[in-house]
Amino acid sequence: MTKVPAILAEGVCKSYGKTHALAGLDLVVEAGSVLGALGPNGAGKTTAVRILTTLLKPDSGRVEVAGLDVVTQAAAVRERIGLAGQYAAVDELLTGYENLTLFRQLSHLSRGVAKRRARDLLERFDLVEAAGRLVKTYSGGMRRRLDLAASLILAPSILFLDEPTTGLDLRGRLTMWALIQDLARSGTTIFLTTQYLEEADHLAQQIVVIDEGRVIATGTADALKAQVGGERLELTLAPGSALDVAVEALGPYRSGEVQVDTAKRHLGVPVTHGAEHLAAIVRDLDAAQITLTDLALRRPTLDDVFLTLTGHTATEAKEVAETEERQPATRRSQ
Amino acid sequence: MNNRQFAPTERLTARSRSALYWALADAVVVAKRQIRQIPRVPDELITAMLQPIIIVLLFRYLFGGAINVPGTSYINYLMAGAFVQSAVFASANTGVGVANDLKRGLIDRFRSLPMAPSAVLTGRIFADLLRNIFVILVTWAIGLLVGFQPAGTFLAWIAASALVLLVSLVFSWLSALVGLLIPSPEAVAQAGIIWLLPFIFASSAFVPVSTMPSWLRAFSEHQPVSLMMDAVRGLLLNQPASSALWQALVWCGGMLLVLIPLDMWVYGRRTAR
Repeated sequence: MTKVPAILAEGVCKSYGKTHALAGLDLVVEAGSVLGALGPNGAGKTTAVRILTTLLKPDSGRVEVAGLDVVTQAAAVRERIGLAGQYAAVDELLTGYENLTLFRQLSHLSRGVAKRRARDLLERFDLVEAAGRLVKTYSGGMRRRLDLAASLILAPSILFLDEPTTGLDLRGRLTMWALIQDLARSGTTIFLTTQYLEEADHLAQQIVVIDEGRVIATGTADALKAQVGGERLELTLAPGSALDVAVEALGPYRSGEVQVDTAKRHLGVPVTHGAEHLAAIVRDLDAAQITLTDLALRRPTLDDVFLTLTGHTATEAKEVAETEERQPATRRSQ
Repeated sequence: MNNRQFAPTERLTARSRSALYWALADAVVVAKRQIRQIPRVPDELITAMLQPIIIVLLFRYLFGGAINVPGTSYINYLMAGAFVQSAVFASANTGVGVANDLKRGLIDRFRSLPMAPSAVLTGRIFADLLRNIFVILVTWAIGLLVGFQPAGTFLAWIAASALVLLVSLVFSWLSALVGLLIPSPEAVAQAGIIWLLPFIFASSAFVPVSTMPSWLRAFSEHQPVSLMMDAVRGLLLNQPASSALWQALVWCGGMLLVLIPLDMWVYGRRTAR
């Protein structure tokens, strides 16, 4: 018996008038793995999720989820998947518990098992105290956690998360990450879309970069970062500190050519594992009698990835491809 | 089939029941959700209740003295119009709710579940039907308070109320169609009412059509809302109106036969984008 991939897409196309939301998308997600689909607004991520979750029919191409055709076997697919996303699809005028009950009943689950599961989910997602309150009183993070809980009511083996942390604050994002990692550890196959390289890096073993409705790069987070050039250390030296001495002191840490701007007394140093070495770097510079006025460790952003892979930034891509998202996602702030 | 590895973890009970069973069961679940929300946004129900109260009081005391109707008191004449008009206006809320459902991400969640797709519409309309029973009771109460004296049998009054409820069902499906075609709930609230006004006022609701100029009379006499009002009036006042009743029922049945499949079709098109 050959192993069936959890998600399989081949040459999937979807157009809205003249806009090609998907222009030949190919994907394979092995059972039990986490795939992160990285791309800017309008790249086609949401369209891909909507097709994979049977909400939208592709114009052409083959799409199988759990070994089932999403068009001809849509009902069977729906019994095996969960969907949560940036729109936090929960009813504001119901309580948290009522929301889970609603989705449990509409999933045709028997009461006993599902009731216990609803309680477990509320507990796991830290919503027990809020369960009796109307969702309209919830914070953004709580809504997103309830949305994720709702998507798990069927205990799906394949979970789709469409930008699960867009618009959340740092704390909310970290909580969601921990919950998603728990699910991945328990063996759930996860297809995740995101605009944050950091998020894909953190959660997914395998990353696909999507641009203009197509996969333009595939690989592990590390491979992708190596391609982009990893992190950069940005230093500005105080007057009186010699630039060449600093460059020499940084020698052991750099992973590429050091960029020197003499006029601004600025150094740009490509590094790997910069955060781990930061303390040592500062100590070494201090020992070499170098005084800094500014020091920053910059991680590669989505823009860096896009610049490397496509020659244009994510923001430009957004302008080129008409956005297929139905409402603008909150802008990235990094 | 080698997708056993992705099999649902527990047996869905769906397999043991028919599609019709789930279409109804899911509609009841969606309707319960709607009803549970009523006390949480009380303004909608209050508006729906105030509507017949204001119309009855306004026409009874402000215009009633100036309008003569043959054979009965003005309040007795007015009530049929008040019943049908309140039911029609209350039904206009259905479209606003449908537009709201479509606007929020909730519809995607519903569609990603193994539920009967029709239940999103039928459940809402079922809930609105229950709410309209309440509106009809309020209309009865205000009418009786200001001197309405129905004639005939109790059974006929029940039949009249049932007919009003049927009319509200027809207009709920019509309103749902407006909600499906116009994306903004605010616009639905406006547009859902305006085009109904000629049918409500150019009718036998508040004045006998015999007082109207002949060109308007031709429309007012034969348009469906008038026929529905005439049929209700016949039942409430024990007047022979079997032709109006028969025509009203044909209109209601015909409109439902067209509207329900049309709504479902438009719903499918609207959501699969």
